[in-house]
Amino acid sequence: MSLAQVLFYIMSFISLASALFVASTKNLVRSIFMFFITLFALAGLYVLALADFVAITQIVIYVGGILVLILFAFMLSGKETLNAITQQRKAFISLRKIPAILLAALFLIVLVNMIFKVDANNLAWIRRSIEARNDITPSSAMTENIGVSLMTNYLLPFEAISILLMIALVGAAHLSRKGARP
Amino acid sequence: MISLTDFLVVSAVLFCIGLYMVVSKHNAIQILIGIELMLNAAILNLVAFGKYDLFNNAGQMFALFAIVLAAATTAVALAIILNVYRQYKTIDPGKVDQLKD
Repeated sequence: MSLAQVLFYIMSFISLASALFVASTKNLVRSIFMFFITLFALAGLYVLALADFVAITQIVIYVGGILVLILFAFMLSGKETLNAITQQRKAFISLRKIPAILLAALFLIVLVNMIFKVDANNLAWIRRSIEARNDITPSSAMTENIGVSLMTNYLLPFEAISILLMIALVGAAHLSRKGARP
Repeated sequence: MISLTDFLVVSAVLFCIGLYMVVSKHNAIQILIGIELMLNAAILNLVAFGKYDLFNNAGQMFALFAIVLAAATTAVALAIILNVYRQYKTIDPGKVDQLKD
């Protein structure tokens, strides 16, 4: 077992355990802060999949942007939300959660079954790309590669997504402003 | 090296945790976190398969696009949640059951 595999198992255990904690806890603030840990562990998994630029983007945008935004919205929404959230039932597994658990577990069984049937390591196009030396090795310069293809192959999606991001930000600012409401 | 099946299994478990959160939670912010978990599972799949595409680099590019789209989604969704809270004084989606007038 190589070092990369050990790191992979550690990272995936951390991310899955913290995601389970996020899903199971009733305390909203605690679940948001555990979500930080899930996102950091996922960034580690991206590094192990040889996508270092995506990992850095994940940390900058998700942890720096989205989670801080969620915390701000949570703290701006007033004392009543906090009170409404903290009144919680004590039962560990309540009867009302059973359909959701059943749905998620059955879906997981279907997905895992399908993954093992597909046998993704021996797909035809993956074998061809390994033979053609088209796979990413730890020594290939990925950031440079991403920059070049962002400005050549994927220029149209890049511009479209920048316009969409601006529209979304203007719309969010418009939706959340106070007053001027009939 | 790490096999592709391991990544797929991890992302399947993450996706199901997100699905459970979306279905079972009574709080709009936690539902939003569940959606983010499902998006992250999809991004993990994109990145894992993108390892075998050096020249076109499609997997990592669309992982980046998905991250940016998730940021835009979250901004708009939080603005909507704030508005819903201002109007109904609750963010439980099960209790938001009236139109404006």
